[in-house]
Amino acid sequence: MKLRSLATAALLAGVVGIGAFAWITAPARSASESWQGLGEPDIANGERVFSEGGCASCHAAPGAGEENRLVLAGGAPLKSPFGTFHPPNISSDPEAGIGAWTLQEFGDAMLGGVGRRGEHLYPSFPYASYARMTPRDINDLYGYLRTLSASDNVAPPHDLPFPFNLRPLLGAWKFLYLNDAPRVTLAGADAKIERGQYLVEGPGHCGECHTPRTTLGGLETAQWLAGAPNPEGGPGRVPNITAGEGGIGGWSAGDIASYLETGFTPDYDSVGGAMVAVQKNMARLPAADREAIAAYLKAIPAH
Amino acid sequence: MNLKTIAAATFLCLGAAAATGVAVAQEPQAARQQMMKDVGRSMGALAGIAKGEKPYDAEVVRVSLATISEVSKTFPDQFPAGTETGAETEASPKIWENPDDFHAKSAQLGKDADAALAALPGDQAAVAAAIGPIGKNCGACHETYRIKK
Repeated sequence: MKLRSLATAALLAGVVGIGAFAWITAPARSASESWQGLGEPDIANGERVFSEGGCASCHAAPGAGEENRLVLAGGAPLKSPFGTFHPPNISSDPEAGIGAWTLQEFGDAMLGGVGRRGEHLYPSFPYASYARMTPRDINDLYGYLRTLSASDNVAPPHDLPFPFNLRPLLGAWKFLYLNDAPRVTLAGADAKIERGQYLVEGPGHCGECHTPRTTLGGLETAQWLAGAPNPEGGPGRVPNITAGEGGIGGWSAGDIASYLETGFTPDYDSVGGAMVAVQKNMARLPAADREAIAAYLKAIPAH
Repeated sequence: MNLKTIAAATFLCLGAAAATGVAVAQEPQAARQQMMKDVGRSMGALAGIAKGEKPYDAEVVRVSLATISEVSKTFPDQFPAGTETGAETEASPKIWENPDDFHAKSAQLGKDADAALAALPGDQAAVAAAIGPIGKNCGACHETYRIKK
């Protein structure tokens, strides 16, 4: 009797638990008011945001030359400890791409990792960084993407083993790792450093490669920008870009800005690997943005 | 007797040459790293002049461009099978997968350096204009063929 009531209680707790999990971790849509009153997108700023984020690096076809860089047909497979991700087609094609998406749907994907069918998106799409972006930048980027050509290429689905193929589990991941709080608190930051913080922590999503990850794939924020193993596995290491050991403490702010513009380190070593595409995008930004990134990197804690 | 001495000497020389040859062949990683450092130093010298941090010096410009040209001609041959790892190499396995493209990228660097060398930039502005196309080759090749450690 007593055992049975205990079992019932346990079962009830289990059901409540699963219900609570589902409720807490369900994909959350934004309020539609957030996307009203933004006005016509500023396409030039949208293009700038596109460079900040380096969208083409993952979403343009593998090996797309300069002329096809803006055809976002779906990109090269991204290997990870959780399986292989296939960046989708985000061209303006209404069927294969995101041409039919509303601004709110686009914003929910960018800031909340929620897909058009209300499903959780995988954080290989770095919305955990983009969550810091302003609605204005989202609106402008949305407008800019619509000006790019359509591709009817259908990107393959992600190739993930159990249990990582279960999207509902991403709710728990988001509960742990998705927020729009600053990655570091910088006392007395001026407008330039704040701009750099926005670019690095938000659209630039620098921490996604330069910060080590936990076993669950979240960012180890206590080691912010301290360098990390190659996210795709294999040889190589993503460098420490703080002033800590092995980092860039010896670089002046001018050195950092110059590196982002030209691809050359202070001793004329050159940019390599995946950073080449990033650096080319940074070179497209106004000089003030590169200087802001440099000022922020000089201000963050050394690791 | 004399013949024997000559033979012995020849033998010794051959042995020494072979030993040196082996010693060099053991460390292509070090050789190619030195070559890239030479190119980096040359780019630094040219960029110093281009930015006006160093005064224009025709000899520095000529030697720097010649170094880059020279390295580009033999650099891709420093990656024989068996040197994929070791000596903290930053070489990507892709070098051995696409040797033709790797050679072509180095040849392009040589072509651009030779073009600049033929014209020999005569002042600060000309140096700045010349190093743009040359510098692009660094990233273009390193994007695919170099792994950052």
